[in-house]
Amino acid sequence: MTLRGATALLALLLASGHAGARPETDPTPLHYADAAEETRFHALTATLRCVQCQNQSLADSDAPIAHDLRREVLALMRQGRSDAQIRQYLVDRYGEFVLYRPRMEPGTWLLWFGPAALLLAAGAGIALHLRRRGKTHEVPLPGDDQEW
Amino acid sequence: MLPELGQIALLLALLTAILQAVLPLAGAHRGHVDWMATARPAAYVQLGLVGGAFAILAGAFLANDFSLRYVAENSHSLLPAVYRFCATWGAHEGSLLLWALVLAAWTAAVARFSHALPDAVVARVLGVLGIVSAGFLAFLIFTSDPFERLLPAAVEGGDLNPLLQDPGLIVHPPMLYLGYVGFAVPFAFAIAALLDGRVDARWVRWSRPWTNVAWGFLTLGIVLGSWWAYYELGWGGWWFWDPVENASFMPWLAGAALIHAQATTEKRGSFASWTLLLAIAAFSLSLLGTFLVRSGVLTSVHAFAADPSRGLFVLVLLGLVIGGSLLLYALRAPALEATDGARGAFAPFSRETLLLANNLLLACTFVMVLLGTLYPLLADALDLGKISVGPPYFGLLFALLMAPLVALLPFGPLVRWQREQPRPVLAMLLPWLALALVAGALTFLVAPQGRWKAAAGVTAAAWVAGGTLRFAWQRWRKQGRFTPEMAGMLLAHLGIAVFLIGALLVQALSVQREVALAPGQSVALGRYVFRFDALSESEGPNYLSERADLSVLRDGRTVARLHPEKRRYLGNGQVMTETGIRPSLRDDLYVALGEPLGNGAWAVRVHVKPFVRWIWLGGLLMAMGGFVTAADRRFRKMPDVRKEDSR
Amino acid sequence: MTSASSTRRVLLVAGGLVFLALVVLLAWGVHRSGDPARDTLPSTLINKPAPKFDLPLLHSPDIRITPETLAGAPYVLNVWGSWCPACAEEHPVLTRFALTKRVRVVGYDWKDKREDALAWLEQRGNPFLLVVTDEDGSAAIDWGVVAAPETFLVDGKGMIRWKHSGPLTDEIIHDELIPRLSRLEQAQ
Repeated sequence: MTLRGATALLALLLASGHAGARPETDPTPLHYADAAEETRFHALTATLRCVQCQNQSLADSDAPIAHDLRREVLALMRQGRSDAQIRQYLVDRYGEFVLYRPRMEPGTWLLWFGPAALLLAAGAGIALHLRRRGKTHEVPLPGDDQEW
Repeated sequence: MLPELGQIALLLALLTAILQAVLPLAGAHRGHVDWMATARPAAYVQLGLVGGAFAILAGAFLANDFSLRYVAENSHSLLPAVYRFCATWGAHEGSLLLWALVLAAWTAAVARFSHALPDAVVARVLGVLGIVSAGFLAFLIFTSDPFERLLPAAVEGGDLNPLLQDPGLIVHPPMLYLGYVGFAVPFAFAIAALLDGRVDARWVRWSRPWTNVAWGFLTLGIVLGSWWAYYELGWGGWWFWDPVENASFMPWLAGAALIHAQATTEKRGSFASWTLLLAIAAFSLSLLGTFLVRSGVLTSVHAFAADPSRGLFVLVLLGLVIGGSLLLYALRAPALEATDGARGAFAPFSRETLLLANNLLLACTFVMVLLGTLYPLLADALDLGKISVGPPYFGLLFALLMAPLVALLPFGPLVRWQREQPRPVLAMLLPWLALALVAGALTFLVAPQGRWKAAAGVTAAAWVAGGTLRFAWQRWRKQGRFTPEMAGMLLAHLGIAVFLIGALLVQALSVQREVALAPGQSVALGRYVFRFDALSESEGPNYLSERADLSVLRDGRTVARLHPEKRRYLGNGQVMTETGIRPSLRDDLYVALGEPLGNGAWAVRVHVKPFVRWIWLGGLLMAMGGFVTAADRRFRKMPDVRKEDSR
Repeated sequence: MTSASSTRRVLLVAGGLVFLALVVLLAWGVHRSGDPARDTLPSTLINKPAPKFDLPLLHSPDIRITPETLAGAPYVLNVWGSWCPACAEEHPVLTRFALTKRVRVVGYDWKDKREDALAWLEQRGNPFLLVVTDEDGSAAIDWGVVAAPETFLVDGKGMIRWKHSGPLTDEIIHDELIPRLSRLEQAQ
């Protein structure tokens, strides 16, 4: 993380640091019913974005809104909602920005399939190119003493 | 008075850089020996001038000269001297000056160590470096003057960001710059070759150590950044796929591909045009990264230059340098293909193919990182809404692209150039594959959580390590020694194995908990018990601190004492968290303080992070590999050099 | 021209186009980077019904306000807190607008202690018709509130028609709020 990224997180700390200029937040850590709930909570909130911070997950952020949203997510989990439902709940209120994993939709096909498509296309192209070249030269097996 | 001299020095440096660019390049084109000969002196003069300017700025920080706006914004009289010095590169203008200084240093080094090369080559290389220097010096002088005065002078400074008041600031940015600015050297080489119209394998050989050293420094810079974020930010993460991190990772990937391409071109004469393209790509990604970090274009990057005119300047610089290089490549590279004949031919199963696959995978990976980093911007521009692309995307695609590379890695050194028979190689490696799978299966059974990831990590690491050691043993038996080039390769590949252990196991096995603790209370996590002993207050040179003392017990015995702090800096009232960490190869014990809850209780986050140090160890091994390879004498021997070759 | 070199030609042109597209995208990004509002999240609630809430009045906590209480005519909902410096900045602007009595201005006191909020209003004046208080911030999540100050325009049927993140200025009120308000009033 370069110093610029470090500076980016200053904004977060500023939000939590000014004496008297902080919204009412209950910073008490959340209590989990059991280890499974805790694991699920951490996994889920790691994929959600803190909506106020520069670039932090909901799990890591100390911003007041992040505290609130974490409490909300835990409450939703206890209501029996699935991860997908909780995500949708947040997207309904904050937009897709809150998801760190972009949804699969036509707008993100380039993102999800682009690299693989490039790999396949380039790989196929190179393979074809080499085969075409290889036809004109017979390659002998090198000697055993080939210098590395 | 002195800062004005600094400004003059920068202006003179700009003029020198322009001179260094124009005369040698024209001279090489026309065959004027005198013009070409200006390249080396110009490089040395430029280093002196930029170095002088930097020294003046650093001196202003050390002397608390708050009449300079940059110093007033980033320093404070209570700041310890070492951080006052490092604050020189703590923000945009000063770090840009450091960029220019590092470039001048690399240029001077090329001037110093290039006597084995023909004059025309040296002239062209230094000329291209002069163009880049001129661009950055112009950027400094016209939009980002570090010597701008503040009238009236500030009484006290605004203080350096507390996150930066840390040893990490001393080493991380310089290492990073040495790295990705260093890619300017192979870039200049590629341009020189294209201008000349041919690629001589000897020149590629000369440029290899430069690439390896630059890549080694970049590796170190990234490792230091990751380690610094880990202990500084208090969340226990070591990589966030943040645009700023991606900006340095993309050149790293391209540089790794370049290293392998250069090796191929040097030894076999083939892939010359690919090597040139990768050299252009690596430095282009460095420039792109510099742009992304400083232009404020991306949401998550703190906008040093919220001023669009700065961003525009860098973009134009970027466009001209990269666009110009790519245009030159498009025009000249086809002619280079003609030299590739029977000499360059190779069969489908050969080291050439494997290295081609290696480079293809690395290239697709940096394209993926670039795509993911810029996608939110693209989506916003196309009115598709505001979306986020984060670790779930990058992590997944990175794993998918790197998996084939990890699978093929052990084959590389064992497969000969031109053509190899698959069967003997498979026979050599099959036992190691079996061993790796067994290790993975055992891990699967033994791991308390994250079994698939842990097993994958162990299998992959054992496979890479086993295959690499198998090659090492074979080579040792045959020749009884390793050249530095080969030793470097072994180190770097083993570094990959070590890294895989760290990265995958820490993801699979790390545990954390956030609890409210008052003195006397404790919390259990994994095999350990964290006990909050006491809270005390103390004073630092420029901050007030509340410090928690915790003991960590295992089986009733105390194994560590940790001292996380909450600091309030006096300069600007900012509050910072200092983590308490017990490092070890087996696992890190990690504690960070949250908020006070009243009645002496605090919100405390505790983590146990197994094998996290292996991540940086792996990186260190890779960096060492780069440096060791560069030290090979073979690169410095230049047989039948024709010094009168000045086409 | 051999097929190999024509493929090369195609690849080079394609590469050039991609590079150009990249530069254009980055130029657009630079152009936009000067706009301080570029990072604000667009609201997902525009043209949707206002979320249900049931919150006490700041000045009389035993009286509770719901969206039904406010239905029948448009209203402006302003999210603020005594801890929020930007809210203090926008306070005079909001006061001037409220004094024109063009539309009801409702205060939404977010994540605030009652005493602090009352003192803040006492000190600066109370521009609001009424102030609801959401001390733990749970109701605000439904409104997609990220930070203070934020301002919503809700029509008489309870549909959210406009949201602004950040402090209000006279220009924003004049250029964005009032035209929409006029449209709502005409539609009625």
